[in-house]
Amino acid sequence: MCALCGVLGNADHWTDAIARPGVFSRSSDAAERRRERMRRVQCTNRILKFYGLKLSDWQGSAFLLSTATGKAEMVDHLAHLWVKAEKLTGRLCDPLDPALIERLEAARD
Amino acid sequence: MTELAGPTPVNLITGFLGSGKTTLLQRLLRDPALADTAVLINEFGEVGLDHQLLERIDETMVLLQSGCLCCTIRGELASAIKDLHARRESGDIPFFRRLVIESTGLADPFPILSTVHADPVLKHHFRLGNVIATVDAVNGESQLPRQENAKQVAVADRLVVTKTDLADKGTTETVISLVRQLNPSAPLWRAPCDPLDAEALLSHDTFELAGKSETAQRWFADEVRPKWHRHGHGHPLNGLDHDRGPLSGSGGTHEHSLSRHCDGIHAFALVFDKPLDWTTFGIWLTMLLNRHGPAVLRVKGILNVAGSPAPVAVHGVQHLVHPPVHMAAWPDEDRRSRLVFIVDGLDRALIERSLSAFLQSRGSPDVTTRA
Repeated sequence: MCALCGVLGNADHWTDAIARPGVFSRSSDAAERRRERMRRVQCTNRILKFYGLKLSDWQGSAFLLSTATGKAEMVDHLAHLWVKAEKLTGRLCDPLDPALIERLEAARD
Repeated sequence: MTELAGPTPVNLITGFLGSGKTTLLQRLLRDPALADTAVLINEFGEVGLDHQLLERIDETMVLLQSGCLCCTIRGELASAIKDLHARRESGDIPFFRRLVIESTGLADPFPILSTVHADPVLKHHFRLGNVIATVDAVNGESQLPRQENAKQVAVADRLVVTKTDLADKGTTETVISLVRQLNPSAPLWRAPCDPLDAEALLSHDTFELAGKSETAQRWFADEVRPKWHRHGHGHPLNGLDHDRGPLSGSGGTHEHSLSRHCDGIHAFALVFDKPLDWTTFGIWLTMLLNRHGPAVLRVKGILNVAGSPAPVAVHGVQHLVHPPVHMAAWPDEDRRSRLVFIVDGLDRALIERSLSAFLQSRGSPDVTTRA
């Protein structure tokens, strides 16, 4: 936990695995960790656009998920992201939703 | 005091009622390699008997009674393991290097695995090892369509088909072909015919992938290379049998199929020709597991991650995904990413199309499926 702001540290989610021998992680050093967070925000926003949501980094320790009308939730890691996204929108965030897939395919084309 | 090299592996022995879990455990415990093993037995009933059948009752054997681990007594499971750990630390019980849990025949394995994986205390001292599922050759055909039994087989890392000396050859082969529909790739033994190697059953798990290319070979090469296929009438075969080479067999000549009963459970593999983007893959898989976790009985893959010279192994059971393993080397010459899914009721084509759309939205790899 951060001694200044009281923010709890991330749980050990597999996408944020703590760098240790034998484990694939992009948290091995601060620069790599920051780059990965930026990539994650960028990639996730391509999906979240479909739900009218936006993700941004929050002080390098969490993410802020917000709606176009200003409702917002703090998110620790990717596992929490989709739960919070569903809560904010009242919609199911389903990667197998044909409408989402079509949107992504259209964006690619 | 004896030192531990790392977290203590926890193996789960699962399997339907009467499928030979205790007999298997009894055989394994005779192996000198398992001398330093604690055992935790869960029985569903007023009077526990299984621990007495093991012919070994000591302080490292714990009986959890009168409830099923997966639902009523999960808290007790965590407490029992913590208690064993505390007593080991204080020297009150003989030192153990491995814990084996035998669950009730009705237990869903996932909550048990989840308890070990996620409990804030346990996860620092214990880690998940292989899940071993027993299947009764005599009664398997009627038991496998049951949801509990199908799940137990689907999540297993090792399969033991028991009572093969009591069943005729045709019945055994039918049961094995049904097992292969649920789990096409886990190494399989026939008991009591095959010699049971305790080390092969319990070791060579995901955790050991990182340093040993031989382990990687065992863990993955046979499993993900899509040797098996699925005919139109639902009879995928040709998973590897541990000692006997590829199971051949009925190849579509007869009608035994789980599809009559367990419509939804099926396995398939996706193969990626180009390196894939790790960030996008993580976003996609977490989104899939958030919405469909209970239906993803298993996902297992070896990935060629863009920017990483060595392969990355991923392994998940429902919502639970192990930390990705950075393998020492590729198990063979094939550098393509390969992912195996065992799912319940999810559409393979939709999963393929979804992952492809996610990945290609970043201009990454071509995806082809093998099933």
